[in-house]
Amino acid sequence: MAKTDKLPRRDYFAPLEKGWYYFRKYPIIPVSVFFLLVFVAVFAPMLAPFDPAQGSIRTRHIPPIWLEGGSAQHFFGTDSLGRDMLSRVMYGARIALMVAVSVLFAGGILGTIIGMFAGYLGGLVDEIAMRTVDLLLAMPFLLVALTVVIVFGQSLTQMIILLILFSWDNFARVVRAESLRIRNDAYVDAARVAGASDIRIVFRHILPGVFGVVLIVASLRVGQLILIEATLSFLGAGLPKSVPAWGVMVADGQDWITTAWWVAAVPGFMIFVVVMSFNFLGDWLRDYFDPRLRQRA
Amino acid sequence: MVKFFVRRISFAALVLLLISIFVFSLSRASGDPRNVYLDEYATDEMYEAWGVKLGLDKPLYIQYLTWLGDVVRADFGESLYHNRPPYDLIKERLPATISLAAIAFCWALLVGIPLGVLSAVKRGTFADYFARGFALLGQAMPVFWVALMAILIFAVELGWLPTSRRGGLNSYIMPALCLGWLPAAALLRITRGSMLEILDGEFIKLARAKGVSPTVVIWKHAFRNALIAPVTLAAIIIASFLTGTVVIEAVFAWPGLGGLSIDAIKNNDFPMMAAIILMFGVFYLLANMLVDLLYMVLDPRVRVE
Repeated sequence: MAKTDKLPRRDYFAPLEKGWYYFRKYPIIPVSVFFLLVFVAVFAPMLAPFDPAQGSIRTRHIPPIWLEGGSAQHFFGTDSLGRDMLSRVMYGARIALMVAVSVLFAGGILGTIIGMFAGYLGGLVDEIAMRTVDLLLAMPFLLVALTVVIVFGQSLTQMIILLILFSWDNFARVVRAESLRIRNDAYVDAARVAGASDIRIVFRHILPGVFGVVLIVASLRVGQLILIEATLSFLGAGLPKSVPAWGVMVADGQDWITTAWWVAAVPGFMIFVVVMSFNFLGDWLRDYFDPRLRQRA
Repeated sequence: MVKFFVRRISFAALVLLLISIFVFSLSRASGDPRNVYLDEYATDEMYEAWGVKLGLDKPLYIQYLTWLGDVVRADFGESLYHNRPPYDLIKERLPATISLAAIAFCWALLVGIPLGVLSAVKRGTFADYFARGFALLGQAMPVFWVALMAILIFAVELGWLPTSRRGGLNSYIMPALCLGWLPAAALLRITRGSMLEILDGEFIKLARAKGVSPTVVIWKHAFRNALIAPVTLAAIIIASFLTGTVVIEAVFAWPGLGGLSIDAIKNNDFPMMAAIILMFGVFYLLANMLVDLLYMVLDPRVRVE
């Protein structure tokens, strides 16, 4: 556009417009939510005003601060055992993040390795890996989890292992497609001609190429994982009742929905905000770095 | 095409076999299966009787095959909590779940697909932002929480709808809407995405240049081609209902299969859970095959391959 197109005008709102532009271009709110979540999760023991497991019958069902009868001591009120909701929500952030991070880390590594070898080697390895992915997709995950819980009872490690088993497939598929593309690049051929072993090629030459895709898939999966963990915990098939996970807290509040609705509403709202932020962030990362993934991830 | 279906069906059979092995090994993995079936008040005679009944004196693969033989004939033993065959219980509870899932599915289709088209055609307008907001909320809010909040607002505070349990048509409104929101959101997003891509195509420009009316371009030229992606999603949606109904039925005390599985978990009712998981597996695979068929009807390119 030529400069003469625009008459000079007084830009009183220029800073605001610029702010709005950045606001629309970059995911400012989701990133803030993310950092807040990490901060609260890491420093929960120092930040929480009360012990999340300790309650008293005298502080039972105190409404949140903005409602009539609320107390300044308990920002989000207290639950049916008189435990401070704010402290419990903070510890809940810790658990949500811990589950999501450990599952994504382990599932991501597993899926990436399988995907790279399937894509690079092809043939039988590829066939077996991809059929296993199909099998996993055909398994009703929730029911499998419920059955496992019937037999072995609830525990954190068991749930994390189950989630890992059912979350590597996404990574494997996307990484495989990337590896198939990279496999034919000249530098991979060069490495092969130079006598590099398959393992060296996969880890030194293919891995750096698929790394970005792995990060994007991970960011797209975080929200889903938090939702699945919360759902399982809500149904009594995830974390034990004693753990202040958000899903467990909503389940606690279910019985008191008519008298103390905030016990269910507050932790559920936290899940919603966090999942929404992660979904936003994942979509943004994908569109920004690799729009081709739109079809696949 | 015949080859394709033979492949699909054998794959489905393999999946079912694996699920059955998985279920069976779970019943054995926790040690003596009698610990799952009997409680601490069981006498020694009962222990012996169950040992013979479960064939524990025989090798493991024989035990599995005997169990599988029973399962194929829909004989899952007896539910430990209800003291009745799981198959009868499932048959009794099935209509409640199917009717709920069917209504939820219809609402997801009727809202998700048209809103997706609208949002793609009117890109960047208020309608588009509204549709995308609807989808974002549906994908981020936990189903159980939405259901509880709906009960709080529409049943407890306003008193418009019954809080829970299956009754007249109005008892379906909240459970079906909550159950269908997430699938509607997913359908909306995928319809919007594929509509946008197709509307960008050369043949759409040609149709427009020819002077074809916008309605015909959108519904006849673009929509038909854009429909393939949402249809494939339908299988995943039906599968997601397996999860969804369990949650929704737990919240609304709905007398369906989800409620049955929740009872099974709470009472360590293994035979019941085994029956439910296998039956859901069959459902899921059937839904997948149905979609493959639909896919062929919709996309001629698949037929050739």
